[in-house]
Amino acid sequence: MSLYVTELRRLAKRRLTRVMLVLLVLGLTGIVTAFTFSSHKLSPAVIAQAQAESDANFRDAVKSWERSIVECDAAKARGEQTEDRYGPNCGRDWQPTADMFDPKWNLPYQFDFRGEFGIFIAVFAGAVALFAFLIGASFVGAEWSSGGMMNLLLWRPKRLTVLGTKLAAVLTILTGVTVVLGALWTLAFWLIGTYRGTTAKVTSGVWQSAGISGLRALGLILAVGAVAFALASLGRHTAMALGVAVGVGVVSEIGIRVATTIAGVRFGDRWVLSTYALAWFQKQWKLVDYRSCDFSQGECTPKEMLVTWQDSALVFGIGTAVVVVAAFWMMRRRDVT
Amino acid sequence: MSAVLEIEGLRKTYKSRRRGVRNALDGFDMRVEAGQVHGFLGPNGSGKTTTLRTLLGLIQPDGGRMAILGQEVPAALPTVAGQVGAIVESPQFFPHFSARDTLSLLAGAGDVPAVRVDEVLELVGLRDRADERVKTYSLGMKQRLAVASALLKNPKLLILDEPANGLDPGGIREMRTLMRTLAESGMTVVLSSHILGEIQLICDEVTIISLGRRVAAGPVEQVLAQHSHGGVRVRLDAAEDLAAAAELLGRAGVAVTRHPDHLMLAGVDKPATVSRLLAEQHLYVSELAPVAVDLESVFLEITATAPVPGQHRQVDQSAKIGEPGHAGGTTGGWGA
Repeated sequence: MSLYVTELRRLAKRRLTRVMLVLLVLGLTGIVTAFTFSSHKLSPAVIAQAQAESDANFRDAVKSWERSIVECDAAKARGEQTEDRYGPNCGRDWQPTADMFDPKWNLPYQFDFRGEFGIFIAVFAGAVALFAFLIGASFVGAEWSSGGMMNLLLWRPKRLTVLGTKLAAVLTILTGVTVVLGALWTLAFWLIGTYRGTTAKVTSGVWQSAGISGLRALGLILAVGAVAFALASLGRHTAMALGVAVGVGVVSEIGIRVATTIAGVRFGDRWVLSTYALAWFQKQWKLVDYRSCDFSQGECTPKEMLVTWQDSALVFGIGTAVVVVAAFWMMRRRDVT
Repeated sequence: MSAVLEIEGLRKTYKSRRRGVRNALDGFDMRVEAGQVHGFLGPNGSGKTTTLRTLLGLIQPDGGRMAILGQEVPAALPTVAGQVGAIVESPQFFPHFSARDTLSLLAGAGDVPAVRVDEVLELVGLRDRADERVKTYSLGMKQRLAVASALLKNPKLLILDEPANGLDPGGIREMRTLMRTLAESGMTVVLSSHILGEIQLICDEVTIISLGRRVAAGPVEQVLAQHSHGGVRVRLDAAEDLAAAAELLGRAGVAVTRHPDHLMLAGVDKPATVSRLLAEQHLYVSELAPVAVDLESVFLEITATAPVPGQHRQVDQSAKIGEPGHAGGTTGGWGA
């Protein structure tokens, strides 16, 4: 227990942890502030103004249409060719109608908590996952490269216990940061919805769905933190985790996409990690094989492949487990030099 | 006297597909008695740090036996670790933590009372700078912090690798006094250093390692005596008599080396016999001085690492006991 508490203290004392936490909070605050100012509550007066603008636009359009017909008829009387410019029958068949001028188009943006908060959970998860990656990697990477790990092993010559305790400390801090900032994030957007947008139709089911999305976000953040920690421990340097992240990003997001396209692989994106990240947050992600259709032969429904969040759980779970187990195995086997 | 540290036949081999096999430790033996200050010497790359790392569980040995405080390690390391304080090679600390933070975190990890942090800071002279970041420390101050971290547990066995590295002359003397005080209080100290004058002053016994094997061990005086060779320097009243004196002593069975203004004799048990022998032939001695060996010269001799003019000795070129040409040194290293 003393080692666990010590590692929590060590992580909390680290300058990188504090700086990154401040940057994370500033980044999230920036997003909240931007949406606070960009969202406008749709009061009856605002809706009436939008309706008035819509009506005015409709009237202008009708006048313009009528003027166009008069001009066309005059041109036709002068024996000019009019079809190219005004259309057949001088465009009489294209009379504007009121339903073409939806008042919604004139409304300012209003944040809808029910419809949009799910996206913001994903945004929050992305930002905190980046924080998790840096904190997880540098906590153990810097310990290895600075000699701190060796010092600690001289005090606690139980390698797996030491590494496991450090990982537990990282995951604890990440859980704490995610829960606290997640609660503040939810509160902030609820307040935006209440005072600058709408919180209509937010039922218990919506909250339940948001809660489950939040848990998925927490799972992804912890997985990212654990993978970064394990990679840095395997390479005994923070740069190892950063290098692998860049490498996987380039290979997975660019290399595999290009290679599968050239090779004509069906549903090539199923080999790309971001597909599973999208499925994880959206519950499912549809891949479409447009090459399965020959549209010149008429209507065709392309073949589809559905990637579910359960598939994502399997991919991310196995990937995380493999890297973490490898880190512990190497910790047990390799000399500390 | 009981042994606090025992190493028998310790072996560690590094294998590389490109560079072959290298025996970092090749059946190394070492024994340290309780309450001693024990010097652990060896040229660069001889296996000192590998030995200490292996002993402390950082490296897995390929063979041999090790025991600390009577308990077999590495199996019993978790049990005895609380009684062993160690610094291995140049210790590095987190640059943005203060000395107090660094020690406080170590104390927390090792269940050491927090009050001990202030005690060791006082002991190593860092009390007034304890709250400054380590990155502002000089090498000597970092070294003091390292020693403080090793002392934090109030250990029975203290292992220090180059503790005087970076210390100023005053710091070296303080460190020497500290080592002696700790030993007098019952702590056993194993000291690895290249400052051989210090080792000679501080240590009760020494172990010298070369190419992974022990090449000398025992009380400092005993090791020095074993390698003194009865050297004597002789000067005569008249320098032109040196040739005659050399011939005379040579006929008497003394090994003589001629120098422009003096003779160096080896294998002389009683210097007085030299004086008498020369005086009988009316060759009068103006100086007759036994040449005292120091640990440095003994070290250079038995590890065969003395510099040779015009040659550039490589790191792994040192003596390996039990091999032909021991005195002249052999070449070890990768592929050996």
